Amino acid sequence: MISSPDNPAVVLNEVSKLYGRFAALRMVSGEFAAGRLYLILGENGAGKSTLLRVLAGLIEPSHGKLTILGSSDRKAVKPQLGYMAHASMLYDELSGRENLAYFAELYGIRDRAICDQAIRTVGLDPALERRVGQYSQGMRQRLSLARAILNDPRILLLDEPFSNVDVGSAKEMTRLLGTMRDSGKTIFLVTHQPALLEGVADESVCMSSGRVIERVAHHLSSLETPEAKR
Amino acid sequence: MRSKFAIFALFTLALLSWGLYQALVGAPTEATMGPVQRIFYYHVPNAWVMELCFPLNFLASIIYLITRKPAVDAFAVATAEVGVVFCTVVLLTGPIWARPVWGIWWTWDARLTSTLVLWLIYIGYLMLRKLSTGGPNPVLAAAFAIFGCLDAVFVFMAIRWFRTQHPQPVFGGGANSGIDPRMMHAFLINMLAFTCYGAMLVWIRYTLERTRQKVDEAHAMKSLLHHEAGAK
Amino acid sequence: MSVLGILRVTLTKDLRMEWRSKDAINSMLFFALLVVVIFSFSFDLTAEESRQIAGGLIWVALLFAAVVALNQTWARELRNQVLDAYRVSPAPAESLFMAKTIGNFLFVAVLELLMTPLFIVFYNLRSVGPVYQLVLASLLGNWALVVNGTFFGAMSIRTRSREVLLPLILFPISIPALLAMVGATTSTLTGEGSAHLPLVFLAVYDVVFTLVGLFLFETVLQAE
Repeated sequence: MISSPDNPAVVLNEVSKLYGRFAALRMVSGEFAAGRLYLILGENGAGKSTLLRVLAGLIEPSHGKLTILGSSDRKAVKPQLGYMAHASMLYDELSGRENLAYFAELYGIRDRAICDQAIRTVGLDPALERRVGQYSQGMRQRLSLARAILNDPRILLLDEPFSNVDVGSAKEMTRLLGTMRDSGKTIFLVTHQPALLEGVADESVCMSSGRVIERVAHHLSSLETPEAKR
Repeated sequence: MRSKFAIFALFTLALLSWGLYQALVGAPTEATMGPVQRIFYYHVPNAWVMELCFPLNFLASIIYLITRKPAVDAFAVATAEVGVVFCTVVLLTGPIWARPVWGIWWTWDARLTSTLVLWLIYIGYLMLRKLSTGGPNPVLAAAFAIFGCLDAVFVFMAIRWFRTQHPQPVFGGGANSGIDPRMMHAFLINMLAFTCYGAMLVWIRYTLERTRQKVDEAHAMKSLLHHEAGAK
Repeated sequence: MSVLGILRVTLTKDLRMEWRSKDAINSMLFFALLVVVIFSFSFDLTAEESRQIAGGLIWVALLFAAVVALNQTWARELRNQVLDAYRVSPAPAESLFMAKTIGNFLFVAVLELLMTPLFIVFYNLRSVGPVYQLVLASLLGNWALVVNGTFFGAMSIRTRSREVLLPLILFPISIPALLAMVGATTSTLTGEGSAHLPLVFLAVYDVVFTLVGLFLFETVLQAE
């Protein structure tokens, strides 16, 4: 997947979300290219999570137009989306494998090997029989990421994936995200810890009071990333 | 618009007053039931208005789910609330009338039961709107109204067919049996008066809701377009 | 990824989770037992009276117990916002609706199986009419309760005072079904009157509300 300005992965056109009088998103516009990792930054209440949920299709915008992968048909695009929130979105009573097996079915994926691979990719053991309810917070977060990438989505929406993860795991996950970005996925990542993603993120999108106020491109030099990506 | 409404309101008020006079004074006292029969001039018109309001809400709910226009939802809320008010009146005046006349406060016949069920359903509808997190949810309420009205039909049929062992006094049949023309006159005036009254209340409530919607929209638009320093 | 396929895996998942936690079943069982016992010693009935009343009592007990189950099954989807995972996926809403309804149907059926012998014992019930009609009334009545309960359960998860709102909106809607169930049960037990009409009525009720539920479920699921 070559990123090109002609085929942006996501196009927002004055997207707004109103709750009564409160505007969670205000006329957000912009184009986001494929194969990039975008950091969404901003203070609490800036609208970062709302933006992600709108992209995920969980919230219907009050105004504006949203085009994902060239289509405004939200239903058609669902198989290409992966979403991860602060809540784990997992069943506490089931094991990791059982959780993923179920969610895989929702995407029409029958092959258990894919589930196991996703679990391994985030650094967990697929054979672990323990119920997710007994996982540590970091493990739960990682499994949630595994769930989000299960269907090999072209667009990944991650809302604070590192909030309870130890530095070591965070570094691994960051590397994983970089690899995914390199393979052409578009990643939107909300975080309060932008330092973790220095060297991997392509651009920072700064939001405040429901608006995008600034977009800052990062210049990734090979000095900052010891592992050559190209 | 305001003057049209004022004229209509005055007209309605006049009708109601005339209706009141006719009901209490103009119409003769009924032979068998006595003065309590005069409730009939209120009970039936209120029932009639309720029977207009709830199906209108049903239609509005369906239309809202298809078009998602806020004005349609405003109409739905208006008809639901006014319908509940009139239904309450019906449920209160019915037993008051029935007790001295037929000796019973209540019976589970088809009409009474479906009226009660409709009342419960619409109370539920209003509570659903009130208790929704994140503000009233018109989509959920509309879906519920559809279920509710379908259900009322089933209730009516169910009682009709499954409750035949209980005595079935017939209410509201007074208009059919050789009624004194002055009574008919009082009855019709009140029917018209209450229909106008109901329409007026729906109009008021609709306008109220619509105004609230527009104010919210205006606020929201303002906050959408408001430029802060440094914003793109 | 078919509608039925997703239905099957969702149902299996729910049953497996219920088997492990036994949340819904336990609360339902306890509640039902309580209701049966309390009703039993509140009403000291002759055999004939029992047959007249038992129909109504059983269904009231089931209605209360079903509400407990209904709250539980949706509460499970709210924990950790796991319902969002379903909503984000391309899986059809109808599958979720049917899977939840069938799951609830099975839970309530288990309850019926456990409560009915208790009722028979406490009330010394003996049926005059054919037993298959009672079974049919059970099945159809059960479905009537759960199909609406599941739908409104989904609606009420977006509201405050969920535990209060669900019964509030479910009871009036279920009244025709209750009347028909009681009618069919009483007719069969006492042998008076035909149970055919109420059973057909129940069947029609079930079909109508299942279709309406299927039609509107996606709207309700995606509403915020």
